[in-house]
Amino acid sequence: MAIRRGRGVAAINYPTGMNLGGDPTQALVHSTPTGNFMVTLSSVDLGQGMKQIMAQICAETIGVPTDRVVVDTADTDTGPHCMGTFASRGTHRAGNAVIQAAREARQVMLEVAAEELEVNASDLETDGQGNILVKGAPQKSISIFDVALSAHFKRGRSISGRGMFLIPRSYPDKETGAMKPSTCYAHACTVAEVEVDDETGEVTVLTVKNVFEIGRALNPKMVEQQLVGGSWMGISHALYETTEPYYPNRDHGGTDFNQYLMPGPGDLAQTEIIVLERPSADGPYGAKGPGEMCANPQIPAVANAVFDAVGVRIDTLPITPERILRALKAQAAN
Amino acid sequence: MELRKNYFADVRKDDLHEIGQPRPRSDSPGHVTGKTAFFADRSFPGMLHLKMVRSPHHHARIRSIDTSEAEKHPGVVKVLTAKDVPHNVYTILILIQIGPEDETVLADGKVRWKGEAVVAVLAETERAAQEAAAKIKIDYEVLPAVFDMEEALKPGAPLVNEYHGQNYYLYDSGECRKVRFGDVEAGFAGADHILEQSYQSSPIEHAPTETTGCVVAPEGNDRFTCYTNTQAMFFTLDNTSIILQMPGSKLHFVGGTVGGGFGGKVDVIVEPIAILGAKLTGRPVSFVYSREEEMQISSPRAAEKVVIKDGVMKDGRIVARKVTGYTDAGAYSRHSPYGAQKGAGHYPGPYTIPNVWIDTYCVYTNRTPSSAMRGFGVTIGDFALEVQMDKLARLIGMDPLEFRFINAYRDGDMKAHRQPTEGAALIECMQEASRTANWPVAEKFMAMSSYRKGA
Repeated sequence: MAIRRGRGVAAINYPTGMNLGGDPTQALVHSTPTGNFMVTLSSVDLGQGMKQIMAQICAETIGVPTDRVVVDTADTDTGPHCMGTFASRGTHRAGNAVIQAAREARQVMLEVAAEELEVNASDLETDGQGNILVKGAPQKSISIFDVALSAHFKRGRSISGRGMFLIPRSYPDKETGAMKPSTCYAHACTVAEVEVDDETGEVTVLTVKNVFEIGRALNPKMVEQQLVGGSWMGISHALYETTEPYYPNRDHGGTDFNQYLMPGPGDLAQTEIIVLERPSADGPYGAKGPGEMCANPQIPAVANAVFDAVGVRIDTLPITPERILRALKAQAAN
Repeated sequence: MELRKNYFADVRKDDLHEIGQPRPRSDSPGHVTGKTAFFADRSFPGMLHLKMVRSPHHHARIRSIDTSEAEKHPGVVKVLTAKDVPHNVYTILILIQIGPEDETVLADGKVRWKGEAVVAVLAETERAAQEAAAKIKIDYEVLPAVFDMEEALKPGAPLVNEYHGQNYYLYDSGECRKVRFGDVEAGFAGADHILEQSYQSSPIEHAPTETTGCVVAPEGNDRFTCYTNTQAMFFTLDNTSIILQMPGSKLHFVGGTVGGGFGGKVDVIVEPIAILGAKLTGRPVSFVYSREEEMQISSPRAAEKVVIKDGVMKDGRIVARKVTGYTDAGAYSRHSPYGAQKGAGHYPGPYTIPNVWIDTYCVYTNRTPSSAMRGFGVTIGDFALEVQMDKLARLIGMDPLEFRFINAYRDGDMKAHRQPTEGAALIECMQEASRTANWPVAEKFMAMSSYRKGA
């Protein structure tokens, strides 16, 4: 009886969004009298940080700092339609809608600034700090604060924009299955290292090294929180979680966190995250949807590492100590 | 976390002001100091609490329901049964013409899984609602149940759901969603090795911090405001409009701040019955799942069975792959017909294989209806695919990582569902994994690229 060590690898891809019924999201953007910007949506922030990301996308597009943007979501009386937050679609679909709305608002803003500065709007650029400058002559400038005041009280303009992003519905071909099931794909490769106690069947995940390709890390700190959380969830799926431990038997289902097994902080592996960015052609600033895929590669990587350690295949999830011990027993009997 | 900017630097602009910046989240201070308002923070004078009476049987006919004792219980304001729900038989994907309607808001004549909602009790306090729920008398005739997908698909198996008429979802393509690419049998015939393996998973709970729920307030003008933690606002509003036969203009949904979803809050379960309760009593209503309900009543990730048959050459090329996937939908469809279809679009994984055959089935059994969860239709498939890849590599005596390089898809490669590959990056992820994990592979693989000249 011994502690045996093994490692396993897995590589995956994951689609962004869904094609089932058409995949639309809309956004509205408008400025306040003092040049702050409101983004109005009906998209849902599940805790992943949707509001923050939409604020950064709007700010980048209009050319103001992120703290000048407020996101108002999700109220069906005021927010335009969004299919919902699922299928790794939130950032991609709503982000594209926000860019379109913000571009329209930016155009009005530049037109008002052009009137104030007596130049052509096409000769203007933003400095990202809240000012509009004449290209090549940055001493000639106006603040967005003053532009918004002018639009509201002098020029009678609405600095606002409408955004819409729609992936049309794709009907799978009945015979061949030809279809367009999604848009861009995120990628991952994970190497997991485990120790397996061949006396108890217990698995300890020592390290998980994840490489994720996500199109563009719009906010690297938020990318990190989502990818680390996903990596932990993958380990949890591999080794612990189920509502029906003896499926298809319905008995023994957990009803609280004492009975439903998940890893505690002490059970989590040393986790490494490396991010590659190949911008997608259709994503907001190249972003893809990594929210779901980041929890997938750890499961087979751990399963393959368990085999590498003790030479038995557990092809049924979760890979519990009981299943490992039964497989080791069967292996010894052969 | 580290960003490796050396990959794909030629196709990326890194000089943006706000994008790519690690700005602090504006909602974090509220979350960590307990000041963020979630739906359950709404409380209204006179608010009622809704508790569900649920089926103790996996499959049974309802002979009779006696609510008289419960209605007399102190604090009880209203007891709802199937006859109170205007459009009781529904299915959420009917909004995009995916039918048939196959599920009841409150069971009518029959229950098809243990835990199915039968009677709703509205009372002044949670305790009164719970006590009254225990006084509802339901006479059941227990019917044979089926729990195993293979058993369910056999002739003569108990019929789970009469609205389907058979224990699988009938697609326009027949009993399963199909993908056909190349000639899979010819591929097997020419292969050096054949490996057929079966993989299985069990249902998994989303385990959000905040359980599913809503609080409904009548606005006094015939409108109802529903504070909810749904993941999809208009999807829920529009389904509620159908179930309650109430114009959408009478419904106002407020949400968007949710304590974790993971796909568990895209079914439309709590809102319609809570709004109905508010309409029939004229009082605000709270309906919040207990942790037990969240774990055993709300839809889990489906159990899946995946059978993969591969033909592989000694040099590492996979020449044929046949996948048969089974998704255990439980008693009702919810999102499962789409999940099984999504799997058909995902196989054979991120590899270029000339001959592919995919069949994915959505199967009905007498268990808690499953539905969407993070990685819907893909997570368990990836487990099966990537364990299979490991087995294939060992079968031909090849390093598992090198084996994946040989088969990895690249820009322009045609996928089995007939979309050309765009924006591939699997090879670069594996190259970086090789470096980071100190898992060396041959130089020729480290020199590969997802780009193709002229692609």
